[in-house]
Amino acid sequence: MAGDALKVNGLQKSFGKNHVLRGIDLTLSPGSVTVLMGANGAGKSTLVKVICGHHRGDGGTMTLAGTAFEPEDAADAIRKGVVTVHQSIDDGVIPDLDVANNLMLDRLVERGHGLFVRERHLRAEAAKVAAAMGIDVNLRARVSDLAVADRQMIAIARAMARAPQVLILDEPTSSLSATEADRLFALIDRLRAQGVAILYISHRMSDIRRIADCIVVMRDGAVSGVFETKPLDYEAAVTAMLGHRMTEVDVAVQNGSTPVLELHDLQLFDGAAPISLTAHDGDVVALVGLLGSGKSRLAEILFGIAPSHGGEIRINGQHYAPRSVEDAVAQGVFMSPKDRATNAVIPAFDIADNMTLPFLRGLSIGSFLKPRQQRNTAQGMVDQLGIVCQSVGDGINTLSGGNQQKVMIARWLLEPARVLLLDEPFQGVDIGARRDIGRHIRATAQGRATLVFLAEIDEALEIADRIVVMNEGAIVGEHANRNVDLAALVSDISGARPTAAGPAP
Amino acid sequence: MNDKILNFSIRYGFLILLFGLIVYFSIAAPGFFGPLSAAFVLQSVAITGILALGVTCTLVVGGFDLSIGAVATSALMLSAYSMVILEHPAIVAVTLCLGMGALVGFINGLLIVKFRVPDLLATLGMMFLLIGLQRIPTQGNSIATGMTLTDGTVAEGTFSAAFLWLGRHRFDVVIDRLLPMPVVIFVAIAVLIWLFLGFTRHGRLMYAIGSNARAASLVGTPVNRYKVVAYMISGVTASIGGILLAARLGRGDIASGNNLLLDSVAAALIGFAVLGAARPNAFGTAMGALFVGILLQGMTMMNAPYYTQDFVKGAVLVGALVFTFYLSSRRTGTRH
Repeated sequence: MAGDALKVNGLQKSFGKNHVLRGIDLTLSPGSVTVLMGANGAGKSTLVKVICGHHRGDGGTMTLAGTAFEPEDAADAIRKGVVTVHQSIDDGVIPDLDVANNLMLDRLVERGHGLFVRERHLRAEAAKVAAAMGIDVNLRARVSDLAVADRQMIAIARAMARAPQVLILDEPTSSLSATEADRLFALIDRLRAQGVAILYISHRMSDIRRIADCIVVMRDGAVSGVFETKPLDYEAAVTAMLGHRMTEVDVAVQNGSTPVLELHDLQLFDGAAPISLTAHDGDVVALVGLLGSGKSRLAEILFGIAPSHGGEIRINGQHYAPRSVEDAVAQGVFMSPKDRATNAVIPAFDIADNMTLPFLRGLSIGSFLKPRQQRNTAQGMVDQLGIVCQSVGDGINTLSGGNQQKVMIARWLLEPARVLLLDEPFQGVDIGARRDIGRHIRATAQGRATLVFLAEIDEALEIADRIVVMNEGAIVGEHANRNVDLAALVSDISGARPTAAGPAP
Repeated sequence: MNDKILNFSIRYGFLILLFGLIVYFSIAAPGFFGPLSAAFVLQSVAITGILALGVTCTLVVGGFDLSIGAVATSALMLSAYSMVILEHPAIVAVTLCLGMGALVGFINGLLIVKFRVPDLLATLGMMFLLIGLQRIPTQGNSIATGMTLTDGTVAEGTFSAAFLWLGRHRFDVVIDRLLPMPVVIFVAIAVLIWLFLGFTRHGRLMYAIGSNARAASLVGTPVNRYKVVAYMISGVTASIGGILLAARLGRGDIASGNNLLLDSVAAALIGFAVLGAARPNAFGTAMGALFVGILLQGMTMMNAPYYTQDFVKGAVLVGALVFTFYLSSRRTGTRH
């Protein structure tokens, strides 16, 4: 097509031995919104970074409006008309300056600008930009005092002030409420009408339904599906994103009988549908859902990090409302959080210290640690989980991702839990370590209820007795892990069924 | 092989350097090697060493305490005010000072964990506040027995003998009246903090907080409580330093203690390099203080002019920091 804004052909990118992009083809047309979907690690961010000039591609070509496009760096990409608004909003605005200054910032850095700021002129120009974008905020307000949505609008307005041909929005709604998101969509509609080619990266199905003109799905560094004929087939897109290679792991499904964890009409956030769920002794329940489905929120509520908005939690029949993480741990609710580098690993510590961190009290006399017992305890877990290391005195960062994750999981298996929460336990973990962890979790499941929070169906099928699907803060489906109807599971995840249906019997 | 040398030098380089320094001065400066000279070196580093041990605790939780120098001089003035003007006995003066140190540490901690003021700024503010506050009761004058107060009366109180004993008593070791009391207190505090940080679970959790506070909180560590405690330890040790300084001087001199902050922070940072720890630790801090003390004593005995002292301290600090961070990063670099 002659009218293509940006055309990517056979783009390749590797980091060391890791092939992140394996020949991506992508075409963006003026005046249309292309949604890019893909699970974590599919290569979306890398693709965006190549297009916006952060990384150089290793192979393939890119053309912008027919001419070769090879950005030297981020600034060069912007000059040529490709502008990106990154996921973290505060990268796009200067919080301590007011709105007018933020909108005009790019003028201030231009070489021809001159030394002094012409305040009145600047404000007049800013007012024009704001009006053109439909932004209605006080131009003198400090950006840090604004709501997230307004900040997002200003980041986009800044991007638009450079009159780009291509605008890339990386998960722009991830921190917006529904009404705030609506304002953003109105803005996107306006830009589309102006003929901007928009690449929109998101996991949220409701966003995608609202604005997508076509959908490109990535999986494992390649394009796994392109959907451009209306009506768009959203379920097929989710299938292309998650994949469902049948798993070789056979799960002997258990059905516990004694209820351990009971949720009664729990509301995850204000206005969310109440959810009810029972997990029995020995159960391993997988909660699956896309990003923003509320599963992380549920984990946070159970672990005492976030408050619930109504409803009740019971453990072994007794009311449970943790005041803090400390309180949750004391009551036998343990959680291995997602993003281990940020949330779990103590980089300065060795394996033994990392592993035993939550339960040092039991490994000390008075306040004094018993180093030998600490090492023996850690060594026991290293043997059980098959953690590959020279000794438990090795620094945690000498381990591979999979072995690090094993240490982080082992941490919470040292003492018996009543409820064990595992949030994305297979993140950045190779398949071998994933199998080891899954096997061990299932083998030790008796005596507690285990909840595993996952985005990938494959992983859920490998570990769980039951798969509970969440969407927009509600439970929308439940499947026993026996001859699972994958089509139904996928349609639950993509939110195709009305949420009012509630859990399947 | 190269790796082995690198690892060995990271681990023992600093201690070997310290030993070499002692040998060199013993040969080059007659009278350097001997109990009297050793006692003098220890005496000179005792007070900064005590302050440095406190600041080590705040460094461990990933913080920093700039107010220690001001806490020490406040304790100096408070003890003098308490004994000379209010005519309290020694025990009351000491209790007041320790309480003041703990309170200042508590407020520092509160500013940092509750009001979210960055540690450097909170303790900088506190430093300013204390430097000002300690001058208000005496209109900016030093305190000594016989001074005239604003209402025309004369201050009758004196530094009690028991209080002065803390700063001036010398124990008989090898030769009579050799080992000063402040050195004994310094060593005792060093051992206590060494045990606390290195061998108790509280110490271990504090290091965890310093390395990844979020991860520490997600295993149920009361992160804020530990941070406040770290600043309280720092405040109390700083006030002990101030008490010892007052007991040595025997008067509330507003001009003393100017160098305390920089010297003790330097000792704690030099301590990173000891045994290749690359993190704050009590043994390293004590060695760092000793290193500076020995270097200055040796240079003085070799007739180096006094005004070169700060330059030498700065050079040692920069050298130790390069040693710590550059060499350690190369070591971890080769591992991957």
